[in-house]
Amino acid sequence: MSSAMIDLILQATLDTLYMVGVSGLIATLLGVPLGVLLYITRPGQIIAMPVVNQALSIVTNIGRSIPFIILMVAIIPFTRMLVGTSIGINAASVPLTIAAIPFVARLVEGALNEISPGLIEAAQAMGATPWQIVRKVLLPEARGGIITGLTITVVTLVSYSAMAGAVGGGGLGDLGIRYGYNRFNPTIMLITVVILVIMVQGFQSLGDYLVRKSDRK
Amino acid sequence: MIELSNVSKTYGSGAGAVNALRDVDLHIPEGSIHGVIGLSGAGKSTLIRCVNLLERPSTGSVTVNGQEMTRLGGQALNRARHRIGMIFQHFNLLTTRTVFDNVALPLELMGYKRTAIRHRVAPLLKLVGLDDKAGQFPAQLSGGQKQRVAIARALASEPAVLLCDEATSALDPQTTGSILELLRDINRDLGITILLITHEMEVVKSICHRVSLISDGRLVEDAAVGDFFTAPETQLGREFLNDFLQLSPPRELISRLEEAPDEHTHPVVRLTFSGDAVSTPLISRLARECSVDVSILQAKVESIQERTLGLMIAELLGTQAQTEQAMRYLESHELNVEVLGHVQRDD
Repeated sequence: MSSAMIDLILQATLDTLYMVGVSGLIATLLGVPLGVLLYITRPGQIIAMPVVNQALSIVTNIGRSIPFIILMVAIIPFTRMLVGTSIGINAASVPLTIAAIPFVARLVEGALNEISPGLIEAAQAMGATPWQIVRKVLLPEARGGIITGLTITVVTLVSYSAMAGAVGGGGLGDLGIRYGYNRFNPTIMLITVVILVIMVQGFQSLGDYLVRKSDRK
Repeated sequence: MIELSNVSKTYGSGAGAVNALRDVDLHIPEGSIHGVIGLSGAGKSTLIRCVNLLERPSTGSVTVNGQEMTRLGGQALNRARHRIGMIFQHFNLLTTRTVFDNVALPLELMGYKRTAIRHRVAPLLKLVGLDDKAGQFPAQLSGGQKQRVAIARALASEPAVLLCDEATSALDPQTTGSILELLRDINRDLGITILLITHEMEVVKSICHRVSLISDGRLVEDAAVGDFFTAPETQLGREFLNDFLQLSPPRELISRLEEAPDEHTHPVVRLTFSGDAVSTPLISRLARECSVDVSILQAKVESIQERTLGLMIAELLGTQAQTEQAMRYLESHELNVEVLGHVQRDD
């Protein structure tokens, strides 16, 4: 294999990591608060706001129901407005982030569901404010579940990022399609798939390790 | 110290409305231990949650530490809650925090600095006997130890009142005993007023000063514990007491009991005696003075705090005139006589 080819594979690997990293990070920063909001605004919860809750829930469901490949194309104007271009890894990171936010939010909400209502009641009896309950009870107690959710998200983002080639996104998926499939190079195809498998394994092991570390039950 | 007046709580509205509490009046003086006992679903849980406003009463007012809780909201309510500790049936400890950090939580919420927290938590862990467990996580502790952590946590903010929500119901009898002892010490040494809800008479018997009986959202009885255990006023109170003492006539006898007396029956009575009557040989005197024979079916002596309580189920054998005289004799000696029914003579 030529050194040019090796450079190409290396670059594509870094591109994939970049897209997954950026979208994963931003989706965490926005998705975790959204998940917390979905939970605490439910009827009977610490900041019960049924109307807000319904609205957030509908928006989240819409975000989750649009197939990624369609979302990617549909938000091109928005992407262009945000990063100035609609091609490249920065452009691909925008739809990846948008798709991941509601995904993260629902997984975080699910993790919060696992917390015994008694803990929230105990904190309220101690005179905790809603913000204190979120910071000192909900997030720490759901940490294991949230990390599990984020691991699932990152793994999903790895596979989604492979579709980013459709908007000239770059990365391993793009490389696999263009060199492996279109130019009939099974070696490249195999290498990209192997790298993706290793990447997913790595993220999963890291996630499992962090969950084990935070789990005290 | 704790004052509930006219408190009602209704869930839902219209035809589906559920009245969890109806017109509850309760006064708990400073420094006392007050128990509320009732069957499940009677409203105990709602009642105790109305005190710190985890449940907001639909009507009526709640005053704790001289503050009318029902008028408070937001930060003022949170500040008032700092002065009210609470412990729960299932402990409700944070699983991701160590014993030390669980006890520190209320202090963190109040904005204490790290060093001040350390100074406060260490003696509390000593008080509940867990100073060697500070670094452990709740999952490593037994149920009794978890409740001790919860008690230390509830005391961290130096409350004037401690609410106990079925605090011993998930514990075995021995552990229950040691937790109750700890609560009694806390009440005595720190002067903290305790309100507890329970379905166990044992809990009421061992630590409460007064007890209220709750049924279908209403307080139907309110008495000093000694009185409640000697002469409950309501049918439900008697049922609780009989269950606790396991004193009811043998099944075989119940089936033969008849309501109305006649020439050929004699009465079966339940005698409850306390105070001096316990140590007086009343039964043998009764036999001598009224010429009746007494067949004892069941008897038991219990000590309820400082009072001794005797209970007996007996058949009085004699003519109708004799047995009536015998009952008058017993009543004149301050025994509580309850006629359970009449049975046919065997002869």
